[in-house]
Amino acid sequence: MKAENLRIVFRSTVYENRPRRSEEFAEIAREIRRDIIKMLVLAGSGHSGGPLGTADIHAVLFFGGYMRYRPKDPWWPGRDRYVLSAGHLCPVLYATLARAGFFPVEELRTLRKYGSRLQGHPGRDMGLPGLETSTASLGQGISIAVGMALSDKWLDKSDRRVFALTGDGELQEGSVWEAAMAAAHYKLDNLCWIVDNNDCQIDGRVPNVMSIYPIDKKFEAFGFAVMQCDGHDYEELSTCLEQFLENHRRAIGKPTVIIARTKMGRGVSFMEDDYRWHGKPPTPEQALKALQELEDPYITVVEPAEV
Amino acid sequence: MPEFQLLGQKPTRQGFGEGLVVLGERYDNVVVLGGDITESVMTSFFRDRFPDRFFSIGVAEQNATTIAVGLALSGKIPFFASYGAFCAFRNADQLRISVCYNNVNVKIGGGHAGVSVGPDGATHQALEEIAVIRTLPNMTLVVPCDYMETKKATIAIGEIWGPSYIRFGRANVPWFTTEDTPFRLGRAEIFRDGSDVALIACGAMVWQALLAADMLAKRGISACVINNHTIKPMDVETIITAACRCGAVVTAEEHQIYAGMGSAVAEVLAKNYPVPIEFVGVRDTFGGSGDPDELMEKFGLTWKSIYAAALVAIERRDKGSTGVRRPTEVPRFTPADGYAA
Repeated sequence: MKAENLRIVFRSTVYENRPRRSEEFAEIAREIRRDIIKMLVLAGSGHSGGPLGTADIHAVLFFGGYMRYRPKDPWWPGRDRYVLSAGHLCPVLYATLARAGFFPVEELRTLRKYGSRLQGHPGRDMGLPGLETSTASLGQGISIAVGMALSDKWLDKSDRRVFALTGDGELQEGSVWEAAMAAAHYKLDNLCWIVDNNDCQIDGRVPNVMSIYPIDKKFEAFGFAVMQCDGHDYEELSTCLEQFLENHRRAIGKPTVIIARTKMGRGVSFMEDDYRWHGKPPTPEQALKALQELEDPYITVVEPAEV
Repeated sequence: MPEFQLLGQKPTRQGFGEGLVVLGERYDNVVVLGGDITESVMTSFFRDRFPDRFFSIGVAEQNATTIAVGLALSGKIPFFASYGAFCAFRNADQLRISVCYNNVNVKIGGGHAGVSVGPDGATHQALEEIAVIRTLPNMTLVVPCDYMETKKATIAIGEIWGPSYIRFGRANVPWFTTEDTPFRLGRAEIFRDGSDVALIACGAMVWQALLAADMLAKRGISACVINNHTIKPMDVETIITAACRCGAVVTAEEHQIYAGMGSAVAEVLAKNYPVPIEFVGVRDTFGGSGDPDELMEKFGLTWKSIYAAALVAIERRDKGSTGVRRPTEVPRFTPADGYAA
């Protein structure tokens, strides 16, 4: 079977950014996961595991009223900024931005295609609304986020906030800890650093490749306000983000880190918690099965004659 | 055509430090990041004058470069300065992806360039940054010739938009340009007119090229001296026009001869107007400890090497050893401003 044999329809639903109940987050996250599978099977390459594993985090962060942004005015100077330091997770970011209304959902079909604004790894040169910076050489995005937070807090004296997400394997990059040191040194309580702790990387389980544990104690030692949560539990994620906003309001003088325990490939049974899904897309057969599991209302196999 | 005389000896890093202060006075959004060698690269002038706009990042060049990106994405004009050995190599990945691919307004000051760092030895003598930096898309690379020009160039890169790198040194070197000496980013300046051989130099080698031209004049050889300070984007017209006029070229830089300014000139001429070229620079070796003058002599970075190279280039041209003969007609190029064609 080829990708052309699948009837792939993107619903045009766009979601508002406001306080929500867990069931609503679940529905949004499921929509994002469907988008990810569709984008990847159409692209024929890309990363499946991480984007699926962080769909819940992105759903809560972007659609729970925690981040301030205006999809129709993407470079609004008062916005909070989000840096996806783990740039290879970009399918989840693209899906999230589209579902927030930054650009048409149909554009998700162009992932990794020539001339697309949805580059294989985030590229700011394509001018995608909502994409703050190019990332993907691991470890760099978090330092960029520190620079943004430094500017907001100490130069512009604004109340803007910066959110950033790194992987856990990414913490093996030494410069990540240079960023951590600087964030604490400059008391960046406007920085919310989320660690996607799925314990998987390309070569295997994180402790077998190069252990980064204990993560919490490392960040505590660096001077962070440390929180841990189940990265698939909407209430726990919401509580953590609320706590960060409170930390910022109270100006606690410390950056916040949320260590979110996740499962790579979450939501698709045969991908879940399997590091081999780090960097490959589903085959059309697998995409069909995944979209059925994710209750996609449109997915069917079309006969070659209809193609 | 400017006339030059020696005004004194001053390090180019001082021009960088003073240029930053001028920028700080002109623009509220100029910010400087320190890499623990603030006095040494003279960003301390800015720090002392504008403490609120100076951030110490410690010995962390990768982080400083990417923090600068975050600042640039917030509308600031960040300068990060360190030794070229650390802020063109340690952070090369950050420069490539976060600065140049992102195409943000980050400025890098690479100090202690060349062997003139002296006693510190090979580890601290950056001889390869031009090669690294000039391959990066979107980047502007400038290598000014003395203290005053470094000051002007620092201000100039602060006033253009886009990723930029300025290369300067530690040691006292001849100071010979003034406020009135022409300087425009992206335009090579003809510092001495001549028609027998073109001496194309950057950095401290420009003064050596002027000395070499004086000595060549005594032998009746008329040498043109070009201060090719902007390595990227290079002033192609001035280079080609000089090659057409002279038919023989010598390049001189305090850098590896591989992939440096001379190579960039060779790329231009190979495509547009091939003539014999001789390269003066460090010949595929590391530096070492010693007095700056001693080292410049040892590595062949003086007027003597340029003088000798000029004679070779002229001989190659006249013998037609490359199959390229002296041009009889000047092709259709508009001479750059100031060029007495």
